[in-house]
Amino acid sequence: MSLLEVKDLQVHFSTPDGDVTAVNNLNFSLEAGQTLGIVGESGSGKSQTAFSIMGLLAKNGRTGGEALFEGQQVLNLPERELNRIRAEKISMIFQDPMTSLNPYMKVGTQLMEVLMLHKGMGKTEAFEESVRMLDAVKMPESRKRMDMYPHEFSGGMRQRVMIAMALLCRPKLLIADEPTTALDVTVQAQIMDLLNDLKRDFNTAIIMITHDLGVVAGICDKVLVMYAGQTMEYGTTDEIFYKPTHPYTIGLLESIPTLKTEGAILPTIQGNPPNLLNLPVGCPFQERCTHVMDSCRQQMPELTHFGNGRQRSCLWQPENLTGEA
Amino acid sequence: MLKFIIKRLAVAVPTLLVLITISFFLMQAAPGSPFTGERNLPPEILKNIEAKYNLDKPVWQQYFLYLGNLAKGDLGPSFKYRDYTVNDLLEQSFPVSLKIGSVAFLFTVVIGIFIGTIAALKQNTILDYIIMALAMTGVVLPSFVIAPLLVLIFSITLHWLPAGGWNGGSWEYMVLPVTAMAIMYMASIARIQRSSMIEVLNSNYIRTARAKGLPWKVIITRHALRPSMLPVVSYLGPAFVGIITGSVVVETVFGLPGIGQHFVNGALNRDYSLVLGLTIIIGALTILFTAIVDILYAVIDPKIRYQ
Repeated sequence: MSLLEVKDLQVHFSTPDGDVTAVNNLNFSLEAGQTLGIVGESGSGKSQTAFSIMGLLAKNGRTGGEALFEGQQVLNLPERELNRIRAEKISMIFQDPMTSLNPYMKVGTQLMEVLMLHKGMGKTEAFEESVRMLDAVKMPESRKRMDMYPHEFSGGMRQRVMIAMALLCRPKLLIADEPTTALDVTVQAQIMDLLNDLKRDFNTAIIMITHDLGVVAGICDKVLVMYAGQTMEYGTTDEIFYKPTHPYTIGLLESIPTLKTEGAILPTIQGNPPNLLNLPVGCPFQERCTHVMDSCRQQMPELTHFGNGRQRSCLWQPENLTGEA
Repeated sequence: MLKFIIKRLAVAVPTLLVLITISFFLMQAAPGSPFTGERNLPPEILKNIEAKYNLDKPVWQQYFLYLGNLAKGDLGPSFKYRDYTVNDLLEQSFPVSLKIGSVAFLFTVVIGIFIGTIAALKQNTILDYIIMALAMTGVVLPSFVIAPLLVLIFSITLHWLPAGGWNGGSWEYMVLPVTAMAIMYMASIARIQRSSMIEVLNSNYIRTARAKGLPWKVIITRHALRPSMLPVVSYLGPAFVGIITGSVVVETVFGLPGIGQHFVNGALNRDYSLVLGLTIIIGALTILFTAIVDILYAVIDPKIRYQ
């Protein structure tokens, strides 16, 4: 049994302008200790996928399909049952560490309450365990920091606190929603190193949501490429990076700046993602695709599952396409 | 924290001094004097009276004489109520106003925050709409409209409560005045609390708290309530002043023996020392209260504390 098995996941929002499908028919699975990268542009549904698993969708959101965590369906669980899973088995760290900690509470209190709630620890025990966890995320002077407020920490330090808080109960799955986007580059590297170390030490599975393919290459076992709420391509990191078969994936990989591109013009994917309220008939990527055909404008390409677990939804058949349909 | 409080209170002293100075000279600048009336007094008698109250001295000398007495806690004799000093008058009336004002203020804050929070938690439900409609009505009705309305309904029509009077401050005499004073500010506070609570509940750190698996009740009480009260706390200053000044009207409508009557009569009679004394008391209270609000702010928000 996989740790997490997502089948036909859908997320809809009812808005005054009509129904928006933010995530459509998503399928992926994750084994214990593995790392899955979800990549895509802003608005492609990456974060909403994560929120739906944690039950953190906005009030106007609905989910469909299945998300089985250790075999248990976690979508649409009542709040009380969800609270037994949150932080204890599935934890989440967020994009913006500057606002994700409560500015009116001491960092120590915010850490300790997790342990006191889920593990039934007393104050002293929870304090000691929190200090140990702050040490594990390489927080200097951890004992002193317990008594400080979030505004006394830098962005990178706050994200360390968030990571420590997420790992307090040794969850089996950590969802990291663009954990380094708001941080500067040197701090990004430190946080990624830290996550890599923690993954090894705690054997935590990670869903890494990012739009930075460099992050994916560094830490992920599998990659899910999303566009307009749909799977474009899904496979192991090696497959996606060395044998990309979807024009969108190819475009993304070509847009990574390298030292060789210095002086030359960086290739980009022209155009903008479509409006989710008003998706075109057929493939959502058609407007920006370099291999677009007439049939792309008539029908949505079916999501094809290959024997090796790879998924792809595109009508264009490249030469290097391998695996059995 | 203690340093912050001392610093904040130290600033209040010069503010009060400025207030006293301005009020003193404004009173003097107003045309007429306490003893000009329809019937002119013979000049010799007027001179004697003016000498008794130091009115024959230059204004700056009167000012320093007044300050000197004030430093000893003496607000001077009343110009109109012979045989009474301002201190005597305040001793009788101030406790009445203080009692009714603080009860009104307490209700305003506690009930305002409570119903505002409820409305926020039940956002966009019938309950929310009802509370907000009532609050809107409360906000637009000033106390001089509400007070006679309450009397009309509860005293004259239903005969449930007395229409006025004090009776030593027993509760049934306090219900209507307190309600009349509190409703407007209670409604404002409820509205402020609702919108700020909604904003807090949509913030990232509440999402974090939910992701931690905390029960809803804990999220509200431990994580959301304190930050959501910040806008209300900053409104407490103006609300306090409003309740105090509104009390002049309400006390008059209900015929309460508070400072309101003295304020009105004092102004009409040009009772310099009485009006000045009342102004100083209310001013001092307001300044003290603004300081308390600032201190409360620092208690709630750790960022302010260290600046």
